[in-house]
Amino acid sequence: MIAFIDSRWADILFRAYQHTSLVVQSMILAAVIAVGLAVLVTTIRRLTPVANAVSAVGLTIPSFALLGLLLPVVGIGTVPSVVVVTFYAALPILRNAVVGLQGVDSTIIESARGQGMSGSAVFWRVRLPLSWPVIMTGIRVSAQMSMGVAAIAAYALGPGLGSYIYTGLTQVGGANAVNYAVVGTVGIIVLALLLDALLVLLSRFTTSRGIRA
Amino acid sequence: MTQQTTTGAALELVDVTKSYPGQKSPAVDGLSLSVPAGETVMFVGPSGCGKTTSLKMINRLIEPTSGRLLLDGEDITTKDPTTLRRSIGYVIQGGGLMPHMTVAENVGLVPKLLNWDRGRIASRVDELLDLVGLDPRIYRDRHPRELSGGQQQRVGVARGLAADPPVILMDEPFGAVDPITRQRLQDELMSIQDELQKTIVCVTHDIDEAIKLGDRILILDEGARIAQYDTPERILAAPSEDFVADFIGSGSTLKQLSLLRVGDLELTEPQTCRIGEDVAEVTARVEAAGESSVVILDERDRPREWLFLRTLGRHAVVSEPTTELQTVVDHRSTLSDALDSMLVSSHGGAMVIERDAYIGVITYDAVTEHIRSLRVEAA
Repeated sequence: MIAFIDSRWADILFRAYQHTSLVVQSMILAAVIAVGLAVLVTTIRRLTPVANAVSAVGLTIPSFALLGLLLPVVGIGTVPSVVVVTFYAALPILRNAVVGLQGVDSTIIESARGQGMSGSAVFWRVRLPLSWPVIMTGIRVSAQMSMGVAAIAAYALGPGLGSYIYTGLTQVGGANAVNYAVVGTVGIIVLALLLDALLVLLSRFTTSRGIRA
Repeated sequence: MTQQTTTGAALELVDVTKSYPGQKSPAVDGLSLSVPAGETVMFVGPSGCGKTTSLKMINRLIEPTSGRLLLDGEDITTKDPTTLRRSIGYVIQGGGLMPHMTVAENVGLVPKLLNWDRGRIASRVDELLDLVGLDPRIYRDRHPRELSGGQQQRVGVARGLAADPPVILMDEPFGAVDPITRQRLQDELMSIQDELQKTIVCVTHDIDEAIKLGDRILILDEGARIAQYDTPERILAAPSEDFVADFIGSGSTLKQLSLLRVGDLELTEPQTCRIGEDVAEVTARVEAAGESSVVILDERDRPREWLFLRTLGRHAVVSEPTTELQTVVDHRSTLSDALDSMLVSSHGGAMVIERDAYIGVITYDAVTEHIRSLRVEAA
């Protein structure tokens, strides 16, 4: 095992980098989409239950199946991986953003408007900062999940550590099969923990001291 | 601390109506009202009478269905509501502070929206925190949750005053604090208002608060129908209808006592003397004036004792009084506070001071006479 890691160290690091890069970039995209949608559905109240249903049902679709459905449409490689990871990453963020934005005390919003804040000022300077801790929690849940979903991307020849797991599975009984699978799996777990730690720090530094738990 | 004296703007509501779809009768039905510049008007009435709706229509948090609002003669019904609100202070119950912003950021909210430069905002914030009795060095960087309810309310008042708006709207400003803090905040608001002379419109359900703070009181019934709009004195002395009388409740004469300030009444001026004067001379002077008691002042005009001549006669010269005085009231004290002091006095009155200096004496007779004249005036 040690010899296996030693001989492929550079490759493992490169794939870990690719894996993280895929997850982080997809998540930034997902966060922007999810928060945007959350603003829309909390403004138009009729849409709120729709959004909650979508985020609940969406999570029940097997990622493997979704990837398979996407292959004929977007081909193989990085694009289907980004689409799938973004799709799953957006769901928990959407759900938390809806809850967070709805949880902002309406008297505070009215107080902000009463002081002469415009609609966009109320969003950027009151609603978003106040719902930020809840949204960040959604982002953390989403990050953990995306690490796993990104591994599936290997099926579509996407980047990342998923290809090690995939190689391990296809070579069952082969010399390095177990090594491939273990390095891929443990690597993803380590990355997930590191990313989570970073997000905890990020959340702390971007949340006002006045509302920190 | 420097504080420019700014006079408020006159506010006029003309036939303002608010009806909600699906409701039979309008929440506010043709309210017309004029508030003179620099006065405090209290909106009172039972729950659901439309007092808060009326208030929120002034800064257009609620858009009137019809009618016009005039601020210093200018129609504000068509003005951009966001711009309008920056020129109208807004203070709500509990302060309505932004929990994620510091005290300084909360107070500087409107100045920042008006693009003041940083230095000007910072000095304005400190000035206002001083004004509402919070030490800027201690409280500037705190967050609302680190403050008590009363302190949050003070910050809310400071925020309402921040951009020096001519009109300030207050919605149950002291409803969320304990009675002792409430009384203190009311007193502070009164002295701030003495200094700044803003036009204040304040909603309350507490008639005593309305009597204490208001230059005028607007008593509203269902649909914001005006039951009576008058000075507190006249509302107490002559309620226009049974609804008003019920709303004021019993003991309206006693309520008047907390409305009147000692300085509002005519003070009597008995003979005075200085410490160290010759008693025989003083006695002759007091007897010549046909009186039997004398107020002793010290070299800085502070009242030290109020004595009957027979007590004074024991010495050759007026000596330094040794007892602690209890029968002294400030000219800004309410009559009910003054009555407390009068009760312990054997002269049926209390000595009145202004900035520590003696200005006269207030007597029971003056108080009862004043109440009688209010009744006659109102009848």
